[in-house]
Parts: sequence; structure tokens; C-alpha cells
Amino acid sequence: MATHRLSIPLKEEDVRALRIGDIVYLDGKVHTGRAQVYEHVLHGQNKPPIDLATESNVQMHGAPAAVQDGPGEYRLSSIQATASFRYWKYVPDYIERFGIRAIIGKGGMDKWVYEDVFAKTGTVFLTTVGYGIAALYGRAVKRVIDVYWGEELGLPEAMWLLDVENFGPFIVDGDVTGASLAAQHVDAVNENFAREYAKMPEYVLKRIGEIDHTLANEVIVGKPAGDKD
Amino acid sequence: MTDTAGGLGDTLSFAAGGGIPEGILEEAAYEAHRLAATTLPDDVKQAFVGMRDKETEELPKRVLEAIVDNFHAAEDDQRPVCADVGVPRIYAVIGNETAIAGGFVSFERAVRRATARITHDLALRSNRCHPITRKNPGNNVGVFAPNIEYRVEPDADYIEICAVHKGGAFGTDFRMLVDGDGLPGIRKAVLDAIAEFGRRGLTCPPVVIGVGLGGTKDQSFSIAKQAAQLRPIGDRHPDPDVAELEDELLEMANSLGIGAMGYVGTAGYATDVHVEIAYSHSALTPMGIHQLCQATRRGVVRVYMDGRTETRPMPSWFSEYSRRLGVE
Repeated sequence: MATHRLSIPLKEEDVRALRIGDIVYLDGKVHTGRAQVYEHVLHGQNKPPIDLATESNVQMHGAPAAVQDGPGEYRLSSIQATASFRYWKYVPDYIERFGIRAIIGKGGMDKWVYEDVFAKTGTVFLTTVGYGIAALYGRAVKRVIDVYWGEELGLPEAMWLLDVENFGPFIVDGDVTGASLAAQHVDAVNENFAREYAKMPEYVLKRIGEIDHTLANEVIVGKPAGDKD
Repeated sequence: MTDTAGGLGDTLSFAAGGGIPEGILEEAAYEAHRLAATTLPDDVKQAFVGMRDKETEELPKRVLEAIVDNFHAAEDDQRPVCADVGVPRIYAVIGNETAIAGGFVSFERAVRRATARITHDLALRSNRCHPITRKNPGNNVGVFAPNIEYRVEPDADYIEICAVHKGGAFGTDFRMLVDGDGLPGIRKAVLDAIAEFGRRGLTCPPVVIGVGLGGTKDQSFSIAKQAAQLRPIGDRHPDPDVAELEDELLEMANSLGIGAMGYVGTAGYATDVHVEIAYSHSALTPMGIHQLCQATRRGVVRVYMDGRTETRPMPSWFSEYSRRLGVE
């Protein structure tokens, strides 16, 4: 569990050196996004307002707790990430098109995203700690540089550009070798679930009208069968 | 805000003015929201400190250390503990001997104003938006928002306002159990809920698991949420059969080797399991499950008819009266 302090824009060699379980702190410009930002940029033909690859190659899933006090004036209190698995259909395209080197999110993404995409692009997944140590993360935000598409998308869905200092700790959940920290931990506890299910009578394991939870696999999102949508 | 005179100078009682004034209620609701957003309740803090000390695996131990550091930072800086304020809501206990100067319309207005003010003042995220157009008024107020649930308490001369903020989408479930499912059916439903979103930590463990059993379908879910949110960690249901189930489910949840954030850990997945019951159709047991995240946020303020306003460590939502059995 090495600890790294890295400046944004992140360099490819630094990112490729990170391994799951490493702790990362960041300095520089981080931008946010969730589904509506992805739709806006990837399907709505809107260009990102800055050159992300050279200025802000770290994207955080979610939006801060913040309000607008006046035109261009924002007051941010706390920030953390939202669950990332649901953005699987956008992330590969987004990081390839805009040179993203790190996604800060919650819960990791399905392993195939790391194996098939991150390994190729030189990107890592950094998970927030605790899922909600938002006050500590909020302390590390020096200022809100700008908020893009706030009017159209609403502040919780807009793209926030934040200037951060010693922003962290984040844990590397997915690295360029395709390894996934969360998946390792899921695998490790699966036998405990199997043991509990084995104690249960057949009539509750196979109830009428219900899907059979075999728990053979963790289902987050299936790997797309054909072309990307 | 503890034991103040309610801001009305020498006026010791609100009875002469026809009841508790709207302004006092607005300040009380504001304070309840402030506490919910920034200050974890003592029982929750103690539970996390205990788990941090108990945890022997490095990764979840570091997570628990960060969780403890975070709740101190939130309180010191007056920042939201969690950036996801969820959809702020209110549980109100109304004493049967309580009068509100402007009636309940006045109370509801006070709650809506307080919610908008606290959203602005603490820079809470304004999550509440139109579910189709996604139009966001920016203040966490809107149609049926904040939702207010009421309960009446006899022989009480106060109104108690509990604000709850809870983010996230994960770890809630509903199941219609049939009469033959019995206790194994309940255990299976809880285990499924942990398997679905606990393993990867999407429920933000350590959690409080609330289980609602019986009543109508919607009621089972309401009491599950209330069980998780409105009872202190360590509390046991007065019905011994229910209390035994609480112990049994907690033991199961903590036998899975899941620690903070879903990582392999030894200190446990849940800080507690609370089960509430409502009398059910004899053939069915609707069951709600609600897993309350580590940002366990509630703030409680009580305003009395004699002019006192006080913060309380716990809501009095569940009482002997609220769980009464007989015809009366």
C-alpha cells in the first residue's frame, strides 16, 4: 500500500505504476460528471469547455454539496463520489476521447472495464474512502473554478471544475493490469454467503415467482455483447 | 440550543398566545436539519469508534479511521458529513396537549422555509427535482418535499421535529413473504439484500439494517426506514420475539466477513439491526429492508408549550403508545 501524491494533469507513466490498494492524493484541477454530462458530451455533441487531456485528466463521478450565491459565485461545503458502476456505458468512450487518466468514483467498475479499456488507455480507478468522508474531501477543495452547463442540467448534474490540494485519500481500485480490488474482496466473502445460504431450507431458496439467487457471480453490469451503443 | 427560553424573553408559556409560534418552529426545524447535516448522533459516533478499535484488517481499519476523522471534520467546520444530503425529510411527534399558533399549516410552512434556508446556509446539495423534467428549484423543497410524517403522543405538551438526511439508492428492498416462509424467509431476504449491495460496499457500511415486517405493503417499508433511522444503536424491541430476531439477524450480518466499505473485515458489517412489526394479513408478511449508511444522520429538536426548546439525542418516534396493541 504505497502512498503517492500526484499532480494533475497526471502523467501516463505515473498512472501505469499505480497498483490496486495504493493510496493516492491529488493536486490540480478535477472535473465532475454523471449521466447527464456524459449524455451532453458523448451524445449531445457538446464539446468539453476546456482541453481535458492537458488541463483536467481526472474525472470525479458525482457533484459537490454546493450552492450558487451569485453569477459565477459558488460555495462548496463537502464532496464525495457517487456509485460508478452505472456509468459503464459511457466511461470507455469518454476516457478514450478525452485522455482521462483517472476516474474518482465509488465502488469500482466491472472488471472488464479495467481489463479491456483501462489497460489500453493507461487509466486507473480511484475509489473514495468510506463512501462519504465528504467533509475531509471538501477541505481539500481550494476553490470552484467554474461550473459548466449548470443552467441546462442543474447544479447536481453539471460539470464542476475544482481546484484541489492534497485531495484524498483515494484507494486504487482498478489498475492497468486489469486487477480490481473490490472484486478481490467480493470473491473473498462469497464463500461466507454460500455457507449461510446452505443453512436455509429449500422452500425459501426457491420461492415461487422469484429469481433464483445462486450468487455464483457478482452481477454489476454485464459486458456488452456486441458493439458499444 | 439546549434548554433555551425559546427566544421569547420572559414569556414562559406559548399557551397564552394560542400555541407555539411559527417562528419558533422554523428555528427548531432549521436546527434539526443543521444537526442532521453536520453532527452524527453520539450513539453512532461511539459505534464507529468501537468498530475502528476492534477492526484487525488493515484496509477496513483505515476506512474506519477516515470515517471517524470525517465526522470530527464535519462538526468542526460545520460541513455536511456526507455530500449526498439525500432527500431531506421530517418525522414529527405531536403531543396531544400541544397547540400550534397558526395550526398545522403554520408548522408545515415552517418546515419548508427551514429546509430551503439550511440548504442555502450550509451549501447542501439541492437534490430534489421534478422526476420527469429534472427541473431543480435548488432548495430541496418541492411537490411533497420535504415529506413530513406525523405521529401523536398522548399526555405530551411538545412538538418534536426529527430531520433525517440519507443519500444513496442502494440496499433497500421489498419482499412479499407468504405464510409458509417463516423466519428462514426473513433471514434469506436480509442475506439477499446484503449480497446485492453490501458486498461491494455500495450500501456504505457499517450500516444499520432496518426491517419492517407486516402491516400493509407500504407500511412495511415505512416502518423499516423508521426502524433504521429513528432508534438508537443497541436498542431492542420490547417484544421479546422481535428482539430475538434482531439479535439473530445482526449475528448473521456480522458473520459474513464484510467490514467497512465492503472490504474483508473482522469488526462487522452492521452496527445494529432493528426490526419493527405491524399486524399483518394472516396469509402474508410484507417485508421492507432499509440499510442505513455510515453517514447516519438525524437531528432532533423538541419545542414545549412552556417555552423551552431542547435538542435531544434520540427521537421518541417509537413509544409504548405508538406500538400499542389493544382496542382501547
